Amino acid sequence: MWGAGHAVCLGPDIDTDMVIAGRYLRTKDHSVWVSHVFEDLDPALAGQLNGAVIVAGKNFGCGSSREQAAIALREAGVAAVIAPSFARIFFRNAINVGLPVIECTISCIEGEKVRFDLAAGWVEAAGNHYPIRPLSPRMREILTTGGLVNYWRGHR
Amino acid sequence: MSTLSERILGASAGEYVERKVDRAYVHDGTGVLTLEMWKQMGAELLSDLPQLYVLFDHIVPANNSTTATLQHELREFACGSFLHFSDIGGGICHQLMSEGVVLPGEVVVGADSHSCTLGAFGAFATGVGATDMAAIWLTGETWFRVPDSIGIHLSGSLRGGAEAKDLALSYVSRLTMDGGTYCALEFIGDGVKTLPMDDRLTLCNLSVETGAKTGMFYADDVTVRYLAAAGQKVRPQVPEPCTYSRELEFDLAEIVPLVAVSPRVDKVKPVQDLAGLSLDQVFIGTCTNGRYSDIARFAKIVKGKKVAVRTIVVPASRAVLAEAIRTGVLGDLVGAGCTIGSPGCGPCLGAHMGVLGEGEVCLSTANRNFKNRMGVGGEIYLSSVATAAASALAGEITEPEVD
Repeated sequence: MWGAGHAVCLGPDIDTDMVIAGRYLRTKDHSVWVSHVFEDLDPALAGQLNGAVIVAGKNFGCGSSREQAAIALREAGVAAVIAPSFARIFFRNAINVGLPVIECTISCIEGEKVRFDLAAGWVEAAGNHYPIRPLSPRMREILTTGGLVNYWRGHR
Repeated sequence: MSTLSERILGASAGEYVERKVDRAYVHDGTGVLTLEMWKQMGAELLSDLPQLYVLFDHIVPANNSTTATLQHELREFACGSFLHFSDIGGGICHQLMSEGVVLPGEVVVGADSHSCTLGAFGAFATGVGATDMAAIWLTGETWFRVPDSIGIHLSGSLRGGAEAKDLALSYVSRLTMDGGTYCALEFIGDGVKTLPMDDRLTLCNLSVETGAKTGMFYADDVTVRYLAAAGQKVRPQVPEPCTYSRELEFDLAEIVPLVAVSPRVDKVKPVQDLAGLSLDQVFIGTCTNGRYSDIARFAKIVKGKKVAVRTIVVPASRAVLAEAIRTGVLGDLVGAGCTIGSPGCGPCLGAHMGVLGEGEVCLSTANRNFKNRMGVGGEIYLSSVATAAASALAGEITEPEVD
């Protein structure tokens, strides 16, 4: 499980209301979430997410359990989210919808290329190499099958 | 020698366990996505292992036809599949689960972050997202990493104008918004016995605001009596010596009325530091402070007077509303100029029933004051019920009077 993208740098304690506001949740149309992603944080962000690696501060995804936050980022084309720590429900949701999340503290330079390899356990950014703690085998399998829906389809 | 989480999950902190879920619930918000994911998993049968609940509370009654259509589909499914179902006006999912449903020692999972509220009964209760819940519908089980536990030692008893909410804001400010991440909070010590169930539910409710997986009380005589009144016979849980990853101490007698300042729940100040801040709205309700004791306490303060700002009171459940009618509390609220909402989450999540306008300030008894949460450009301050009542009468943030 590897990938790369341009860095989009965000601050600490970004809550899921910031990722996708409560007023946009009542739909099954994922494109609604993509067009309003991060709207209350910075409306310009939505246009920068395709092919991006989000490099956020600590406690990314805190607050509401809304899975639409993880789905919105995945559908917007985010390759991975890297943060020193995540709120636990967001972390589970991201794995479950097939969005790689990586616990790692890296220095973020906006627009710089960030590469990662979850199986080998590293992140590279701005010429620096960072080892990361590997995900559990089960979480890796869920991610590589594209999320928990596919995982369970394959296990039945 | 284990923490309550270790005892219930049957493994040591740090271990991963696959665990049968006793009760699993969704609301109208997360249930729609859960149903979609469950269908995508290729499932036709629901697991018969857990008790499954669909409890409408987030946008009830529906605010527009899109919401109504989504709710219709989930309602049809819940009734057709014989899930436990509560329709509009029934109340907040966590509140309904607290009215004699969740029992000590159970594993309870809700598709809502505030499912941690139910740890107040000595259950292991936590929130998950929709896809995790869909897998529970499918298999009856889920995985957990057994959490480290933070011991929160309580001594003494609350006094003056201070409430459990003020204690909750105190521990959130000490731990900060991520100080409890991946951990369980265990509330222990001599002070616990002074706290009724409603206070314990408030304290556990805020645990997720520190990033914690859950907040927990050991079931004791207070728990046993509360559940007995709801027709459930249970035994107390006896704490064992155990190892906490971190310990905090609070003397309840030293807790003072507090406010969490927009837009962070851990930015907590004494009410007196904010006294005089002008308000546009006061909101009493939610899974934090919408129980009967909260609403009665609010009514006692405003009875016979008039609120100076628009004030919205939303009972946490139909049982709460019925009790408020029976005791006359509802009449006192209406007489004081309050607006009463249908039981549920009310405006907490900014979807309906009291959304804020640009630049407006709301004092709320809820648990979250994130930027724009109750309306774009609106600011939310969080407080206890007594502070909200004194402030509603004054039209500005005001310290509660001491009884």
